[in-house]
Amino acid sequence: MNFISGPNTVAQAVSLPAGASISHSQLLGAGSDQITQIISLLSYVFFIVLIFYGQRIQMYVMIREVENSLHKLKHIKEEGRKTTIEAIKEIGKPTVDPTPRVDRFLEYFTIGPQGMDPAGIVYKLDHILDVRDERLKEEVKLMAPLSDEVQINNLENTLEAAMALNFIYKVVRHYYIQGKKTLSLYVIMQLQMILPMVMKEADAYSSALKAFAYGQPIGDGVGPLVVGKLMHGYEVRKLPKDCVMATVPIEGRVGIIVKAEGPGGNVGKPGDAVEAVIEENQGKIACLIMIDAGLKLEGELVGEVSEGIGAAIGGPGVDAYKIEEKLTKYKIPNYAIIVKEDIGDAVSPMRKEIHDATDKVIERIKSIIVERTKEGDKVVIVGVGNSIGVGQ
Amino acid sequence: MRMNNMTQNQTQAAPASKKISTYLALIVMIVMALAVVALLIAAYTYVNAATAEDQITAAAFGVIGAVALAMSVFTLFQSRRQVEQMKIDAPKVITTIECQNKGCNQKTVREFQRGDYVYKEIDVPCTKCGGKQMITGIFKEIKEKEKTYNV
Ligand SMILES: [Zn+2]
Repeated sequence: MNFISGPNTVAQAVSLPAGASISHSQLLGAGSDQITQIISLLSYVFFIVLIFYGQRIQMYVMIREVENSLHKLKHIKEEGRKTTIEAIKEIGKPTVDPTPRVDRFLEYFTIGPQGMDPAGIVYKLDHILDVRDERLKEEVKLMAPLSDEVQINNLENTLEAAMALNFIYKVVRHYYIQGKKTLSLYVIMQLQMILPMVMKEADAYSSALKAFAYGQPIGDGVGPLVVGKLMHGYEVRKLPKDCVMATVPIEGRVGIIVKAEGPGGNVGKPGDAVEAVIEENQGKIACLIMIDAGLKLEGELVGEVSEGIGAAIGGPGVDAYKIEEKLTKYKIPNYAIIVKEDIGDAVSPMRKEIHDATDKVIERIKSIIVERTKEGDKVVIVGVGNSIGVGQ
Repeated sequence: MRMNNMTQNQTQAAPASKKISTYLALIVMIVMALAVVALLIAAYTYVNAATAEDQITAAAFGVIGAVALAMSVFTLFQSRRQVEQMKIDAPKVITTIECQNKGCNQKTVREFQRGDYVYKEIDVPCTKCGGKQMITGIFKEIKEKEKTYNV
């Protein structure tokens, strides 16, 4: 390394008239030597900084990531609120601006029953959910006075999706601010770890909201869609809590088909409906077949049909409990058919693959009936799910 | 690499994050300028190189310059892509209407309209046989195939 290259090159240049290029390259060579030194020094500094501040840098990166997601959530939430208000204005034709009412509604909460002594908790939860549902419907009626029953159901579902988005946003914001305040890696890390799932859910609710506002069938509606096809054209009568039934001949058996009443956004209470049907027939039911949308695992195909045993019904568990109780009382076997989809598909407008599964499910129903029951038997077939955009 | 997330904030009209993103844009610009300078030095050294050592120096400068340039371009590109992702895409929902007459396979497909629901009987008679028509499906078609990961 020749730091004092000046005089040397000058001397060379003077003594060697033909070697101008040599002196030039030597000059530059010395320069780049210095730059190499600076670069290596910088890389040492870089490593030392990383050793001492690596975790902190990582934390800032995480905070940044959460912040971006939070902005996106805010955007989704605002969009949802706007869509909801527009839908209310368009459908309900309110005389006053519904915005303050909607904003108040978005903050609505439900307190679950106390579980210290869990005996009888199912009926307490059931009661709370009934009250909530009724209250929300009344609120929607006040917001959109000119809407009919179907539209009220749709608007209620729209508002519930907006509520869910609002809640997700607020919870993420809470942990974000808490993380920033405490600068604790672990608070932020927990949030950052679940963020992809949270964002997926928010996206799902956002597309659900649009589907509800327009009254389009959603992926979760595959159960009602299937049984709707079976019961269409037959006489339909109402069952307790927003469900309908029809008695349909199927493969020489008597099919009692139950679904939530459509085409309004509504899941009904299949628990109460099935209870009523079984009691009406004094428990003389050969089997109960439930059709529902099932959450698929990653890697499984959307619209895949699979078969199993048990009460195929989601939600808070009240309906599953009631159905299981009645089935146990009368020893009725319970078969389930599910159509695989992920959470995003379940609440967004129905995908073609799911729609196309309808006929496959009907084939399965028929084969279960033929294999497991005798001619003349009564079979209850329940299509579980939200029957928005699906009539009967 | 994660830094690019910062520039995304620009589009969201959040004043606090806007400041950060302009700051980031500045850094990207400086890195870009330095990268260009490094590349120029590399070119200059290479052209005037006399010894093998000079050529190595030129190569080092070239690599540093290229990597820095690539990274800054990537950052800018990435932030733009994320802006595009922000837009919530609404897939087109279609309604299929089928004639109820057995033997007549008339099927119409149109865009979803408010008030449509599956199993709704339509007042408009079939154009082919004049029979009753019914909505048999409302769904969206997702064209892109899901990635399978070969497992
Ligand atoms: Zn026809």
